[in-house]
Amino acid sequence: MQYKSQAVSKLYFVAAIGLFVAQVLFGLIMGLQYVIGDFLFPAIPFNVARMVHTNALIVWLLMGFMGSAYYMIPEESERELFSPKLAIALFWIFLVAAAATVAAYLLVPYASLAKWTGNDLLSTMGREFLEQPLPTKLGIVVVALGFLFNISMTVLKGRKTAISTVLLMGLWGLAIFFLVSFYNPDNIVRDKYYWWWTVHLWVEGVWELILGALLAFVLIKVTGVDREVIEKWLYVIITLTLITGIIGTGHHYFWIGTPEYWQWWGSVFSALEPIPFFAMTVFAFNMVNRRRREHPNRAATLWALGTGVMSFLGAGVWGFLHTLAPVNFYTHGSQITAAHGHMAFYGAYVMVVITMISYAMPLLRGRAANSNKAQVIEMWSFWLMTVSMVFITLFLTAAGILQVWLQRVADAPMSFMATQDQVALFYWLREGTGVIFLIGLLVYIWSFFSKGEDAAKA
Amino acid sequence: MSGSFTTSTARNIFFGGTVFFFLLFLALTYRNEQALPARDNRANLTPQVVAGKKIWETRNCVGCHTLLGEGAYFAPELGNVYVRRGGAQGGTEFIKAWIKAQPTGAPGRRQMPQFNLSDKELDEIAAFLKYVSEINTSKWPPNNEG
Repeated sequence: MQYKSQAVSKLYFVAAIGLFVAQVLFGLIMGLQYVIGDFLFPAIPFNVARMVHTNALIVWLLMGFMGSAYYMIPEESERELFSPKLAIALFWIFLVAAAATVAAYLLVPYASLAKWTGNDLLSTMGREFLEQPLPTKLGIVVVALGFLFNISMTVLKGRKTAISTVLLMGLWGLAIFFLVSFYNPDNIVRDKYYWWWTVHLWVEGVWELILGALLAFVLIKVTGVDREVIEKWLYVIITLTLITGIIGTGHHYFWIGTPEYWQWWGSVFSALEPIPFFAMTVFAFNMVNRRRREHPNRAATLWALGTGVMSFLGAGVWGFLHTLAPVNFYTHGSQITAAHGHMAFYGAYVMVVITMISYAMPLLRGRAANSNKAQVIEMWSFWLMTVSMVFITLFLTAAGILQVWLQRVADAPMSFMATQDQVALFYWLREGTGVIFLIGLLVYIWSFFSKGEDAAKA
Repeated sequence: MSGSFTTSTARNIFFGGTVFFFLLFLALTYRNEQALPARDNRANLTPQVVAGKKIWETRNCVGCHTLLGEGAYFAPELGNVYVRRGGAQGGTEFIKAWIKAQPTGAPGRRQMPQFNLSDKELDEIAAFLKYVSEINTSKWPPNNEG
């Protein structure tokens, strides 16, 4: 760690991992409810568990992005953070707001929560992923603006690099497109149309800028390859991302009442969306192969390579599987979508945040890399989580193919619930694999507590 | 990637490409808004339907169900539930009776919470679901099962 103020990122990383555990636990509850329908009912109905699962994911990834930015920006800008105190204050505001929101989901009926938190003044709740009550949404805006102010001031006063520019564009884009979540037209078609401006333009747009910047930063550090080379790659990747991803939004506009020309725009452009992810994979391997030093943190390098491969598989390949309109006509809103969602989020965003944590955390704790023993444990967690996520995705894909066939293609289509009974085997397999994922996550946490004699000096 | 292709060239292509495609997206959005009145059933967007949408949101229906294929995959698609359950021949009555009868309490089966909706609210959510079923979705879903 070169700058004292980088230490604030540790808070963010620890909280991110804590929320990751909560996310996975609630995922396991939901997975069990898929096969034992009344499990924990009415204490935790499925929709409540799902809000916790998805909202915890979003919040911990945001925590991870913020922590990463607080770590990277001082090194990129070659100066201390503009205000470490602001970063710490915003952390506690964000954490308390997130905890209060989750507690409210679990303890208060959602309709009452909506009434008490001013949803009648400005109704924004009850839309997928944007379920947060108005005060939470406003809190996110305050935290995001304070964070952006802090980071932007640091960049403006220091050295400007391509990596910090791309990271800032991604983070500002994140905040700007979140503002669309306050717009909820009465017309459901228009509601859905603009809802995607937050959801799609986040995960298939500006978040990929953040992803690229984080990966580029870690690759410079662990490979020692020239910044010039890495930054050129970064611009090429994010160019491909946005020229395919912006119009690629159209792949959500096939069947929601929007005009049919979207079937062409959406199919063609989103079919190209795997290209930037493929470029990212090639980039990661290429840089590691051309490395000019042997960095002692081999675990971080493994996570960086894993991000390249898994984001290409999850976002690229599994996205392409069902993105063409004639295919999507049958797969839309099925377990195929769930399969894609799981591997894409894990491969792209979960893994890049862990890459950053894996690289930065030893430095924050005063050493260049963890002991060999701790790294071996961490690599075990990498394989446990990654392989189980591959199988979760495969089982959900199998469930999805069966579901589509039985419910939408067969001569005598079955009802939704009858179909669900038919695919229960795959839900059980998914749940079992989910338990292995949780074990992988616990092994990951264990790696932080493992002490070894041969820790490399910072 | 070497020689004349410099980082600043790459950066300029990035900015140019992004601005171009974002403007194209805005143009497509403008055309979209022009085309929607003929497709989104807005002539039937009554205050009752708007109130029904609010019930849809404040009960977090999308946390289990899909609506036009978007939402959670735990419970049936509701964009066409009005049609599936009889349309003009009893669709509304079925929806209201179903919501009132929850949860079923059948052991091991997926359960829907009881929301204690008033008769007025039941009419509103049913009107909303009927409205959604009349949106032109380019023939999706493939059949009535959703």
